[in-house]
Amino acid sequence: MSEQLNGAVASSGGSSGGSGENGRRLLLGAYFDFIRIRFLTMLAYRINYYSGILIYTLNIGVNYFTWKAIYGNGESLGGFTGAQMTTYVAVSWMARAFYFNNLDREISTDIRDGSIAIQFIRPYNYVLVKMMQGLGEGLFRFMMLMIPGMVIAILLFPVQLPTEPSAWIGFLVMLFFSFLISSQINIITGLSAFFVENNEGMMRMKRVIVDLFSGLIVPITLFPGWLSSILKVLPFQAITYLPGSVFTGRVQGVGIWNVLGIQVIWFLVLLVPIVWLYHAARQRLFVQGG
Amino acid sequence: MNAIQVQDLRKTFKVQKNREGLKGAFADLFKRQYSEVTAVKDISFSIPEGEICGYIGENGAGKSTTIKMLTGILVPTAGSLSVGGFVPYAEREKFVQNIGVVFGQRSQLWWDIGVIESFQLLRKVYRVSEQDFKKRLDELVERLELQELLNRPVRKLSLGQRMRCELVAALLHNPSILFLDEPTIGLDIVVKSEIREFLKDMNREHGTTILLTTHDLQDIEALCSRVIMLDDGRIIYDGGLEDLKQRWGTGREVQFQFGTATKLQQLTQWTEGMPVTWTAENELGAKVWIPLELNVSDVLGRVVGQADITDIKIIETNTDDIVRSIYQSGSAEKPEEKIAALLDEKEVIHV
Repeated sequence: MSEQLNGAVASSGGSSGGSGENGRRLLLGAYFDFIRIRFLTMLAYRINYYSGILIYTLNIGVNYFTWKAIYGNGESLGGFTGAQMTTYVAVSWMARAFYFNNLDREISTDIRDGSIAIQFIRPYNYVLVKMMQGLGEGLFRFMMLMIPGMVIAILLFPVQLPTEPSAWIGFLVMLFFSFLISSQINIITGLSAFFVENNEGMMRMKRVIVDLFSGLIVPITLFPGWLSSILKVLPFQAITYLPGSVFTGRVQGVGIWNVLGIQVIWFLVLLVPIVWLYHAARQRLFVQGG
Repeated sequence: MNAIQVQDLRKTFKVQKNREGLKGAFADLFKRQYSEVTAVKDISFSIPEGEICGYIGENGAGKSTTIKMLTGILVPTAGSLSVGGFVPYAEREKFVQNIGVVFGQRSQLWWDIGVIESFQLLRKVYRVSEQDFKKRLDELVERLELQELLNRPVRKLSLGQRMRCELVAALLHNPSILFLDEPTIGLDIVVKSEIREFLKDMNREHGTTILLTTHDLQDIEALCSRVIMLDDGRIIYDGGLEDLKQRWGTGREVQFQFGTATKLQQLTQWTEGMPVTWTAENELGAKVWIPLELNVSDVLGRVVGQADITDIKIIETNTDDIVRSIYQSGSAEKPEEKIAALLDEKEVIHV
């Protein structure tokens, strides 16, 4: 089967018009169009997202004051100084504003209402198209939600921005991988709708697990020893905790390469269940609604 | 060469069984029970290139499931199939380059963007070169009169407008085989006939093979030379539309309007010895059922000279009636046996 994730891009053109090199370029163009169209569609509905900035700022505020109370006059907690914690909370929530998307819900809706059939009559890879749409949404959220939200957070709370260029570059690269890994987990959750009649519960569970275990609500180091050692071998920390650690300067120099490596490994590892689920799903696909 | 070749095709779905009551619900939590439903039961047929074939059957007969296997959406449980030289499910991405699909109940255009943008995106998805695309689009837009619609977002189109755009979307890459799943559902009569005309032209000019499912038998009459009828996952009829009419049209009905009151008894007497049935509608109207083997003119000859007739109407059994009675009997074979049995009886009576 030519259904591998990368196989889609590489698969040669068909009989109609463009073939070979040209056809490949056209299909690649189509994938970019999915990014562009989703971005423009989101832009058309941007009013809906202005409230998002407020909500994320509010979340940062709640967490900031909670941590402030916990710290009291204390110096440090789990290796975090009070200032580092403020920065960590702000940057974690703002990163979430970027990497968060509803691919899980979109995929399971496609499966449950049967519109997945339309996706399978087109010569492209469905999962890759979804990823591209997620990227279009991410781009929008980065520019319209994360950047303005970050500016407001810096104005309101004592956030310490990193001075090292390596921290900035490292963080931005890792942020992109946060998006990839979070989207991969969403795709896996969404594809599960092929196998269970109603995956609403799984989607909710995923959301809570990602928020909690990624270190968004509580940094990984503050969990009890046994739990934090388990979390270190799960993919969730790669979404929030690792990039947050780079941004707050807790991880520096060569360490940045190491944590980036962990993200890359998780990105590659998570491709396996996606490819497997996609293939298994093709075998037992059951299009609802006749 | 055959465009579509299907051999012993079968599709079985596993369906979750829900046990009754609270106890059943708890039992379901731990161990699910499944039952198998066979939607398509070992069907075989082939469709030569350039043919328009109607695929009909009641709801749940397995039409859509077959179409979904033929288009590579579903993987068959057993059997072999080849469409345009490809095994659809095995080489899906290559295969779908050569087919066009329209699902009457689902849109393949993108809801939020303009029609032309959807077409441009499909151009890239199907890897159609700019020249080919322009030529093809101009042709289709002119034929289906879409000029004014191109810049509108899809969500602002009426159903008829949308369906014409769906056809363009399915044909932009010039597929050699076109699958239509209820393409005229919900459309008004004008759009319906426009679409039928268009499909006929397509077939004539480009030799496109078309397989369509429909519940509107006028689609079939207007387009198809051949019909495959499905019931409960099995093919119960596969052949020409004319054959179907002849085999199933068991007779004709003639309606009379009389100038003066004519008694049923009188009418029966005039046609004595003929296997016809009279029914009176009122004093001035009656109808007669004439079986296929009897000439209508013979019956008319007996009546016309004697009664004061103001109007005569001959009604042939239409496809709707034929199909309805086939659905009801569940087999296309039965009626012939029934007729044969009837004839036997008659002979017995005559002897």
